[in-house]
Amino acid sequence: MKNRNFYVWLVILFIILLCSAVGGIMVGSVGITPALIIEVLLYKLGIISSTDASNAQQIIIMELRVPRVLLAMIVGASLAICGAAIQALVKNSIADPYILGVSSGASVGATSVILLGAFSFLGVYALSFAAFLGAIVAVSIVFLLAHIGGRTSMIRLLLSGVAISMVLSALTNFMLMMSKEQGGIQAVMHWMLGSLGGAKWNNIGIPAVVFVIVFTLLTLSYRQLNALLLGTETAATLGINIERFRIFIIIIVSLLTGVVVAVSGSIGFVGLIVPHIARMLVGSNYKVVLPLSALLGAIFIVWADMGARIAIAPEEMPIGIITALCGSPFFIWMLRRQRYAFGEGE
Amino acid sequence: MIQLQELEFSIAEKAILRNLSITIEEGKFIGIIGPNGSGKTTMLKMIYRHLKQTSGSVTLHEKEIWDISPKKLAQQMAVVSQESPVLFDFTVKDLVMMGRTPYKKWLSSDNVEDFKIVEECMALSNVEHLANRTFVHLSGGEKKRVMLARALAQKAKILVLDEPTNHLDIEHQLHLMDLVKDLPITIITALHDLNLAAAYCDEVVVMKDGTLYEQGTPTQVFTEQIMWDVFRVHVGVSKNPFTNKLHLFFYTQQSNS
Repeated sequence: MKNRNFYVWLVILFIILLCSAVGGIMVGSVGITPALIIEVLLYKLGIISSTDASNAQQIIIMELRVPRVLLAMIVGASLAICGAAIQALVKNSIADPYILGVSSGASVGATSVILLGAFSFLGVYALSFAAFLGAIVAVSIVFLLAHIGGRTSMIRLLLSGVAISMVLSALTNFMLMMSKEQGGIQAVMHWMLGSLGGAKWNNIGIPAVVFVIVFTLLTLSYRQLNALLLGTETAATLGINIERFRIFIIIIVSLLTGVVVAVSGSIGFVGLIVPHIARMLVGSNYKVVLPLSALLGAIFIVWADMGARIAIAPEEMPIGIITALCGSPFFIWMLRRQRYAFGEGE
Repeated sequence: MIQLQELEFSIAEKAILRNLSITIEEGKFIGIIGPNGSGKTTMLKMIYRHLKQTSGSVTLHEKEIWDISPKKLAQQMAVVSQESPVLFDFTVKDLVMMGRTPYKKWLSSDNVEDFKIVEECMALSNVEHLANRTFVHLSGGEKKRVMLARALAQKAKILVLDEPTNHLDIEHQLHLMDLVKDLPITIITALHDLNLAAAYCDEVVVMKDGTLYEQGTPTQVFTEQIMWDVFRVHVGVSKNPFTNKLHLFFYTQQSNS
């Protein structure tokens, strides 16, 4: 029953994603028609030999809007599948991809680049590099704190995630407090709330590749993820090497979250609510939850980014404000519904 | 054959199991009984490798169980533990299918044989009609039966059960015991209901204070003396006139007067 639903939803969401992508390319300070988008795409792919689009229009489409929409899709899909995986890992429905300290670690890295000029020898890559480094260092500390006597305790993982996040946020706030540069402070705020403004062809490659790899690995591990939801004891009696599998999930999820946060800042909420929406639609089997989460996350962020560009045009709104503003009411509506229990048994 | 040898287990210096040696023959129906806190569940957890003993050894076919890979062990031993906190909603069919996990490699999908086994096991534990229902909405007894179907789908030669009849009404208690009794595999089950143990087990292991008190057939074990020593109750041993199986009557001095 639920499986048939899954294929229906898969097709519907795929079509919605394509339409949203076209919408995402259209919206902005220079209006562009769908026909023009298709024309330019075909022209660039060498299928048609001439186009009426002006050079400026071509550049706007190909160099600004298309990479931006692609990045939005990658970021949304990545955060959603990471959220789904983390929720199975810690067996907790309030978990999101940042719970292991990724975003606060990345913030420290980004802030030290923006305010203190760290890693300046890396040029334009300094920010992404520092954010990624910060994320990975934070997750590693959290993991080591939770790893006692050859076992990783999930409750310790959650709590040390909270503790380390607090310490790192304090560090970020301290740097912000001590800074005299108004522009820098604003830049940090903007970064922390997330933005896809930096999307270029040359910085969406790594996130795309890492997303494909992690998505494939997670989907191939759907049986183990399902089994984790039965409890560690039962999962172990189903032949799963729990300890090894947990470390594997922590590594791939942190890697993808780190890469994504490095290019887009820490966009909140997607990783928390999208997996729940997917479960509400098709049930909890990770075989179907993962692909649907990816599609839903991608759609959500493409729309949120459109909102970010329109809301206070010509200024850009940080996308994190949009995801929280639009996501929360929806989430609250879900909370009030009786049919979906957020994993709360009876 | 499962052998526990001089098994010791302690948490923070406190001994939970001590000097426990038991041999479990293949194909037998073994009941584990004992008062609360006598170490039944702990011993089972050690058999299915959830806990590691402080000293001593647990061997399966003369091989240390900690040296067997998790997958291989799961193909040989299925478990229905007391734990059943399922997060989020799975359909019953999906859950029973999880029993096939030990046979799956990374890229293998569920094949015709798996579906056949799942159908069979659902029929065996009488949950076929629930196949498309979601697990969280089932009653406690239905959940237990689904978890049993899941364990059966592992097609293991050893089935470990921890208080399988908890939360079941009398019909389903007896049905479950009948079903398990008919399986041509080794059954190791902790039981609270001594009459069920007396009626169904080939052999009963009596535990007291974290160690073996007695092991033997129900007739050897369910005696006035042993029951008094272990459970501090008087027992009258009789036969169930309808099934001709062993039946126990319990009383205390107070209820006697």
